[in-house]
Amino acid sequence: MTPSLDSYVMLSAALFAIGFLGVLVRRNTLVIYMCLELMLVAATLALVAFSRFNGTEDGDVFVFFILTVAAAEVAVGLAIIVALFRARQTVQVDQLDSLKH
Amino acid sequence: MEHLAFTCLSVFSLACALGVVLSKNAVNGAMCLLLCLAGVAGLFVQLHAYLLAFVLVLVYAGAVVALFLFIIMLLDMQGGTPWKFRGLNAAAGFVAALLLVTGLNLLAVRGHLEAGPPIGHSVGSSLKLYSYQLFTTYLLPVQIIGFLLLIAMLGVIVLSRRVPQPEDAK
Repeated sequence: MTPSLDSYVMLSAALFAIGFLGVLVRRNTLVIYMCLELMLVAATLALVAFSRFNGTEDGDVFVFFILTVAAAEVAVGLAIIVALFRARQTVQVDQLDSLKH
Repeated sequence: MEHLAFTCLSVFSLACALGVVLSKNAVNGAMCLLLCLAGVAGLFVQLHAYLLAFVLVLVYAGAVVALFLFIIMLLDMQGGTPWKFRGLNAAAGFVAALLLVTGLNLLAVRGHLEAGPPIGHSVGSSLKLYSYQLFTTYLLPVQIIGFLLLIAMLGVIVLSRRVPQPEDAK
């Protein structure tokens, strides 16, 4: 007996929720970034499951694009974080509040 | 059997995802992310998306997590404040959790997503079909993605150049 589509979607939602929780509660920019990646992976899991259960490959192809964009995003984001660390000597979000006022 | 594998993999992935959120040390968080990605790759294999499982391990576990570890080492961060939940964040989290629970509850109570049993011969497993799709229907997106990667590379080079300080100029 194979697991149903529902269980895959639930699992994907739970992973997404955990990633979102991390984005909300953590204060370290790098950890927030990791949690963002977690949310992306949760979305890809849902896409693959839908694609499998509907017998089309469009979802699978889309996951390919998501992975590519995620790789580019990580490269640029980490470069920004390093530049930020050079300028401010911190990566804690509490102390990066120049745009606040 | 398949159900057992699904349960094991999903519990493993969820536990590792929680590890990413809860671990104090950023290196431990990156390791947990690696394990979580391995679990998701296993789920992809269960969904007969073999190519995507391979690409996930290659791109995410291989490149992205390694990059994260490099940056963690480069910035040499220790500890930090792991848990703060207050004010607007708490409100946002509460609303999001409420929406999520409502949605999942509706999904669980009102019935199932309309889907038959998985198709016997999965399309995702056939590399030929997959690449046929990539180079016919999705040819333009593939080219745009290639261009995006080029732009990202240029952006990273520009960003990581040392900005000349005013003192250096003199």
